[in-house]
Amino acid sequence: MSGNSTFQPQNKVLQWFEKRLPIFGLMHSSFIAYPTPRNLNYWWTFGGILSMMLAVQIVTGIVLAMHYTPQVDMAFDSVEGIMRDVNYGWLLRYVHANGASMFFLAAYIHMFRGMYYGSYKEPREVLWILGVILLLLMIATGFMGYVLVWGQMSFWAATVITNLFSAIPGVGNAIVTWLWGGFAVGNPTLNRFYSLHYLLPFVIAGLVVLHVWALHVAGQNNPTGIEPSSDKDTVPFTPYATAKDGFMMAVYLILFAWFVFYIPNFLGHADNYIPANPAVTPSEIVPEWYYLPFYAILRSIPNKLLGVGALFASIAILAFMPWLDTSKVRSARYRPLYRQFFWLFVISAVGLGWLGSKPPEGIYVIVSRIFTAYYFGFFIIILPLLGVFEKTKPLPNSISESVLGAKA
Amino acid sequence: MKMQRAVFALVLATFAAVIAAPASAQLAEQVPPPRQSWSFAGPFGKYDEAQLQRGFKIYREVCSNCHSLKLLSFRNLAEAGGPGFTEGQATAIASEYKVKDLDDQGNSIERAGRLADHFPPPFPNDLVAKATYGVAPPDMSTLAKARTYLRGFPWFIFDMVTQYQEQGPDYIAAYINGYTDAPKGFAVPQGSHYNIYFPGHNTAMPPPLQDGQVTYDDGTPQTVQQYGKDVSAFLMWAAEPHLVQRKRIGFQVIIFLIVFSGLLYFTKKKIWHDVKAPHEAAHGQDPAKTST
Repeated sequence: MSGNSTFQPQNKVLQWFEKRLPIFGLMHSSFIAYPTPRNLNYWWTFGGILSMMLAVQIVTGIVLAMHYTPQVDMAFDSVEGIMRDVNYGWLLRYVHANGASMFFLAAYIHMFRGMYYGSYKEPREVLWILGVILLLLMIATGFMGYVLVWGQMSFWAATVITNLFSAIPGVGNAIVTWLWGGFAVGNPTLNRFYSLHYLLPFVIAGLVVLHVWALHVAGQNNPTGIEPSSDKDTVPFTPYATAKDGFMMAVYLILFAWFVFYIPNFLGHADNYIPANPAVTPSEIVPEWYYLPFYAILRSIPNKLLGVGALFASIAILAFMPWLDTSKVRSARYRPLYRQFFWLFVISAVGLGWLGSKPPEGIYVIVSRIFTAYYFGFFIIILPLLGVFEKTKPLPNSISESVLGAKA
Repeated sequence: MKMQRAVFALVLATFAAVIAAPASAQLAEQVPPPRQSWSFAGPFGKYDEAQLQRGFKIYREVCSNCHSLKLLSFRNLAEAGGPGFTEGQATAIASEYKVKDLDDQGNSIERAGRLADHFPPPFPNDLVAKATYGVAPPDMSTLAKARTYLRGFPWFIFDMVTQYQEQGPDYIAAYINGYTDAPKGFAVPQGSHYNIYFPGHNTAMPPPLQDGQVTYDDGTPQTVQQYGKDVSAFLMWAAEPHLVQRKRIGFQVIIFLIVFSGLLYFTKKKIWHDVKAPHEAAHGQDPAKTST
């Protein structure tokens, strides 16, 4: 998707078609000739893995939708019908449910990689912001999908999350009623969640196209964080990146298959096998694991409005990272201080994830607050100051020099 | 640098403190049930047909008086990976049940069950059940997957590797055997029964089984201990009827993926060989352009 293609088909029919719609040239320049830095490590394969996961979710989701009934009295039983009576329905549903987890896992690795190597920095700000929007859409889609099962956790998660909007002063309660389509989570809520859960993945797919487009305009970042300066620094996407991505996709599928076939309910919550019951509140309402860090941030703040504000801010702040980070050097390889603060950030994010699954009391709250403070402090205080105070290591002159040593 | 080290050490120390902190009072109420050995555990797990048949006998003679099993049909009893009844046996079982239906004139009738029918519930609706017992007895179709107990850190990480997924049946088996006298000073309200394993300990269900209550024809001991295991295994099958197929296919898929990944790894290695170890680079040539 970068510039004019040099693709020259030999086939007469292809030539005829290419003159009218140069889509093969577009494919050729995007996924075959596209130059990728030669020094990309395996952390760069997660973009491909994410595309694969999106495809898996859309394909399994479309088939599941053929068998699902979005009606409060039938939703739970229709999911169980898929598990029991649809041919390989158990496989479709377990792939889709665990696929959401695998999708988020890959997205988080992809984001941490971008943070470590400074991939959000100029000229990749739009690319990064598109990624933050993609995360936000994934969070919304995943949440609504979880509600569709209409088990106890589905119902109460929907109640808790939609109720967050009631914190908005003045219009909060009106907004919540509007979101529900009634005065409680009910059939209209389930119906609109189903509609949006089917719509949003295609919005995600569209944004992925923009994300890839922006990537191919700016070019990929790489572990050194310096731009390729000559042909020596890059290799064509095919066969080099395709072979590497393909290998890692297969490895990722092993992990995925382990969950689907051997521990399919490990990441789920047992209460979601109890049909939704508005009259009985579960002893603990816990979101899916991939929302737990945000949930911990929400609960670590005693004021509801501020807690909800912090929850949204914890995602929104990512979009400002390109400007909060004042350092001229991209890669953490050459930023000795940033590297340590980065790993502390990873520890606090993962730690918040664990704390989000714990009851909000005693030491758990105290540590949640420390980690929440660090989470925001990392962006607001550490990133701007590091650019001023950090003494960075000398950068190599080129990518090939860093790979082959100074002689080349 | 020293300061960063200190911060790092502090974070680790905090982590250790959190992990070592006593579990919250709310969660401490649940006593972890003893681990049982199940034939359906692990990567090659299969249901034990005789055990499922015994468990079904307990369900039919005892549980089904109060608990529905509405997501299951009689035909499921004869399906592969289940209790292994023949179609004839399943038909015979179905015919012993009375199923509500309409006749050709639209009158409500009761007829004998068929293979395609779902197990009829013991109560016409949940309200009747609730009025009878105070709490509606839960449907048993997904019960084995709807019950669990907290594993906590670090066990939940090991469970990923060891494939421990039998928290549900472990809990149910323990619950059935968990009726004891309440400790001194523990208030058991009217209509409740003390159970060690039930969260909060006061459960509405009276002890459901006694030694010798259900007759086994195959010489298996007729104890509550054994009944608890057998009915839990049956409920696991009821909740996950395709478990055997799932694990069998899973093994094939994972073996295929490991071989496939290996092939892709060597393909990738071959393709990248000249970029990683560029003999041309020594001669000033571009390895990427000459190695195709």
